[in-house]
Amino acid sequence: MTAPVLAIKNAKLAYGENVLWANLNLEVMPHEFIAIIGANGSGKTSLLRAILGQEKLNDGSIELNQKPIHHGSRSIGYIPQHRTVDAATPVRAKDLLRMGLDGHRFGPSFGSKKAAARVKYILGCIDGFKIADKKVGDLSGGELQRLRVGQAVIGEPDLILADEPLSALDLAQQKTIADLLDQERQEHNAAVLFVTHDVNPILSMVDRVLYLANGKFKIGTPDEVLRSDVLSELYGTPVDVLRNQGRIVVVGTQEHDHHDHEEWS
Amino acid sequence: MILFDFSNYDQLIPLVANSLIAGALLAIIGGLIGTFVMTRDMSFAVHGISELSFAGAAVALLLGANVVFGSIIGSLLAAAVIGALGAKAKERNSIVAVLMPAGLGLGILALALYEGRAANKFGLLTGQIVAVDDPQLFWLASICIFILAVLIVVWRPLNFASLDADVAAARGVPTRALSVVFMILLGLAVAASVQVVGALLVLSLLVTPAAAAVRVSRSPILTPLLSVAFAMVSVIGGILLALGAGLPISPYVTTISFLIYVICRVVERVRK
Repeated sequence: MTAPVLAIKNAKLAYGENVLWANLNLEVMPHEFIAIIGANGSGKTSLLRAILGQEKLNDGSIELNQKPIHHGSRSIGYIPQHRTVDAATPVRAKDLLRMGLDGHRFGPSFGSKKAAARVKYILGCIDGFKIADKKVGDLSGGELQRLRVGQAVIGEPDLILADEPLSALDLAQQKTIADLLDQERQEHNAAVLFVTHDVNPILSMVDRVLYLANGKFKIGTPDEVLRSDVLSELYGTPVDVLRNQGRIVVVGTQEHDHHDHEEWS
Repeated sequence: MILFDFSNYDQLIPLVANSLIAGALLAIIGGLIGTFVMTRDMSFAVHGISELSFAGAAVALLLGANVVFGSIIGSLLAAAVIGALGAKAKERNSIVAVLMPAGLGLGILALALYEGRAANKFGLLTGQIVAVDDPQLFWLASICIFILAVLIVVWRPLNFASLDADVAAARGVPTRALSVVFMILLGLAVAASVQVVGALLVLSLLVTPAAAAVRVSRSPILTPLLSVAFAMVSVIGGILLALGAGLPISPYVTTISFLIYVICRVVERVRK
């Protein structure tokens, strides 16, 4: 039996009285695509931060490739939320990719043909030749996130952590980036933990869902978790999961923001 | 009033040999550090650190201690406070704005109490030509070589962390430690620059050349090199011009550096 890439055991994270999650057990197998869903403040991003060693667990442990986690790892690729980069920053698209490959290394860099070839290869994978010499500050949101996917896979990671990488993109771009990520993680054999508030753009590629709400959670396939009875129990209040034209909508989650009735999940 | 007079130039050059060497060294580290100041959005912090550095130097002058040492202490203190309290750009700006007048006030107090040569006083604020003596040059050179050596080692991860702290941290880059290292390097570079261009005009060495370079280059290798070249032309050109007039070097340095910036912006505009 193959060993899990990531093993979260009995994990608990709380800020004072506020328990984000407790007794969380999750084994991520190679190649698995897991969506982490939940409302704002349910601890989705905190879970990623915990895996990166930036958030200390109150209880339990996290192992990456059967070793306790440290502060980040070469075996991890990370895709952040879209943020605009200052237009003056002297970094081109191909330089951003290169950072994913050897940006962590100390000491001077001597022009490596192997690294340059690898950057070129990834540029091909993400259809990035046209933007290769553009400044990252001049890229559109879609172009930048496409590049982020490339930056995350270029170092051959075992695990890709994606923190709402589709937010701030339009629907067509969301689909493009999600498909690209799916294709690249298969080609590079990486497991994916994908934090999102909208599961729809990635629904076709998700193996399992981790749904966080009210300090509780539910893990299972989308069909097991994204159901009215399951989510009603999780939220402790009647919740309707509607399926419409291949999309899933969760209605009535009583979140404390004004998007209540239109939370896509 | 004479702004340029080069009649006995050949006799004057040897007098400023130390300043020229110091200027060249500062141009190298100022140009390089400047590119990180740009990507890390710390221009204003540089100004704050330089005022504290001035205060440190002024207090050292008053106490008869080593002025370079005093300015290093001042700058490192400021860098530490800004680094510890101002992780976010917004917080940082207010902390810098609070530190700056405090430093400047303290420095002015120390200078007012100091009874030595007036040129020493004014030099700390605006720089002067023949201010660099041998022991001072030794200090400056040591600081510059140290900064350069550390920069070469941390260059790639620092660049990664400056652009993308999240992604770099996920890949195992010690982003926090690198911030501390950068603040120390910045503090040292400011302290060294104060000696030559004076506290008020440190920005012309640590920010303007890099700000000009990013206008005309997008390469992460060419940009710092251009930035060094711009800083070099400003400092060396400024010293040589100032020599002809016997005026402080800073107006010349800042004017050249400003003109380079304007030209770069025009070039950028024309290209687009």
